[in-house]
Amino acid sequence: MSDLIKIKDNILPLSVTSEAAMGKTGSWRTFKPVIDYSKCINCYLCWLYCPFSVISKSEEGVVIDYEYCKGCGVCANVCPVKAIAFVPER
Amino acid sequence: MSVLTLTGNYAVAWAVKRARVQVVAAYPITPQTTIVEKISQMVENGEMNAKLIRVESEHSALAATFGAAIGGARAFTATASHGLLYMHEVLWWTAGARVPVVMAVVTRAIGPPWNIWTDHSDIMDQRDTGWIISMAEDNQEAFDLTLQAFRITEDDDVNLPMIVGLDAFILSHTYAPVDVLEQEDVDKWLPPRKQLYVIDSENRYSMGNIAYPKDYMLMRYDIERAMERAKKIIEKVDREYGEYFGRSYGGLIECYKCSDAKYLVALMGAWAGDAKEAVDKLRENGYNVGIMRVRFIRPLAVEKILEYASGKKGVLVMDRSISFGSAGPLFIEISSVLSMNGKPPAMKGVLAGIGGVDVGYRDIMDIISKFVDEVEERGWFVKRQEWFFSHKR
Amino acid sequence: MFVEIRIHGRGGQGAVTAANLLVTAALFEGKYGQAFPFFGAERRGAPVLAFARISDKPIRIHSEIKEPDMVVVFDPSLFEIVDVLAGLKPGGKILVNSPEPIEVKGSYEVYYVDATRIALELKLVVAGWALINTPMLGAMAKVLGNISIDSVVKAIKTNWSGKLGEINAVAAERAFKSVRKIT
Repeated sequence: MSDLIKIKDNILPLSVTSEAAMGKTGSWRTFKPVIDYSKCINCYLCWLYCPFSVISKSEEGVVIDYEYCKGCGVCANVCPVKAIAFVPER
Repeated sequence: MSVLTLTGNYAVAWAVKRARVQVVAAYPITPQTTIVEKISQMVENGEMNAKLIRVESEHSALAATFGAAIGGARAFTATASHGLLYMHEVLWWTAGARVPVVMAVVTRAIGPPWNIWTDHSDIMDQRDTGWIISMAEDNQEAFDLTLQAFRITEDDDVNLPMIVGLDAFILSHTYAPVDVLEQEDVDKWLPPRKQLYVIDSENRYSMGNIAYPKDYMLMRYDIERAMERAKKIIEKVDREYGEYFGRSYGGLIECYKCSDAKYLVALMGAWAGDAKEAVDKLRENGYNVGIMRVRFIRPLAVEKILEYASGKKGVLVMDRSISFGSAGPLFIEISSVLSMNGKPPAMKGVLAGIGGVDVGYRDIMDIISKFVDEVEERGWFVKRQEWFFSHKR
Repeated sequence: MFVEIRIHGRGGQGAVTAANLLVTAALFEGKYGQAFPFFGAERRGAPVLAFARISDKPIRIHSEIKEPDMVVVFDPSLFEIVDVLAGLKPGGKILVNSPEPIEVKGSYEVYYVDATRIALELKLVVAGWALINTPMLGAMAKVLGNISIDSVVKAIKTNWSGKLGEINAVAAERAFKSVRKIT
């Protein structure tokens, strides 16, 4: 219960990337998105589209949080310059 | 005061403009269409600074309105009948997300057979969704209620969406004088939108992720707590509106001549006006009757209904729709509350005006006097359904 | 004072606008009003109905008007295809757009006004149709007897700005002056 997001005494159906009910969801991946920074143009489409908000902006460019990335592949799909490869785990 | 001759739909459009709504997404359907038509005209000629989103269905209309709202915009949509039913899934979504949105519903019958006239089946079908649901009696109230809806939904204690209901044609397409207030006065009364959370590129949340049963149940409980708090907020907003603009309506329920009455009539929507006329005339003939006009079916004014009906000999409920296999939905609601009373009054549920059948004050006089005479003759009874088909002349 | 009015017109003749403007004019007189169309599908040229209630008290009822105090007929040919007198109260008023007096059986007060000629003289014509709703509005105010022509003109100018408002106002004034009772 302590993980629920409460604002002004209202319990809301919101979540942020943290260990919650389902644990570290990164272990679910069968495919992994890998960014080729030499191709990345910093358009942030992957950051915008990621359904679980595990891609963040940093000085070096976009960064994927592999602890929680489930490997859905949306980022690889929306990348306009094909800078994200979707490779099998292990 | 700034009085114009407006249809009920135009009155709603004016309230949307006065509330400085920023995003409107809607799909046309009779008899709602002229609300959004008028808004789009106001946007086009620069009177209103809002973004109109064209969508391909009502499902998308509310989804787009919802999207704008979680992004922090004051958002509005409107629909009716089949459009509302098609939207139904997103109604649950919006309330579950605890996001303030205001929607006008021009109540209309559901097909088949095809019927464009007033009937409350569409709005009553939304009672379980977590939306606050209200009905206006006339064009002025449609305007006032729409403005009030933004204050109610955006209150820190509420954060639930709200429907403003108005009857098809007899309000939506009927011209009557409406005081649309002055913009600067409305600006002082209605502050810019606030909400518990905003999702944008700087505040990234996931909304509606899976919740395990215990968490889910807790969030459901929290919606119910917000509904309970909304009762006080609705009363407060209506009272403050009255202090500021000189018009208030009694909050959750308007009690018309009911304090000294032996019998009460409960109903909602525009025919309450005809019922008031009927009550005045019946009182001249010795019938001691009053009206409980239900302005909000959600949250239901349990305490007020019990208080107003306490000590009454009989309560008649008039429904403009039916829950097949049971009774009129308003009858189900009111009788469930009155059964909490140790000595419940005699009760009857009358089904009338369904699919737009015209019901005038003479018809209502007949319906009420028949009930009163029956109780006086037979004593206490409960009748769940009585269908009133014919009307005089 | 409480008056219920039914207007018979043809789709496109502006019967609903006339009813609406009558209510606006009543508003300027400190009265209350309500105007509404027949609630159904309407087509250009087909017979249509519009209704109005005028009162010195706020109007609470929203039911249909079945027994009007006054019937207004925008097009005399409607007499042949619609029962324009249906429900009209005994002693009720009838106002017809007609160049000459017409005969109506029954105990009614009958008035006529040549609204078509007034519209044509003022070139109030769109797509071959004479726009008779503002002259009919002026005549309605006169026959009702409790709405001044000044309020009618004000209502018209609220609805149409500039030249269009001016011409329609003149049309209403001319009809207000020229409407005649058939004795």
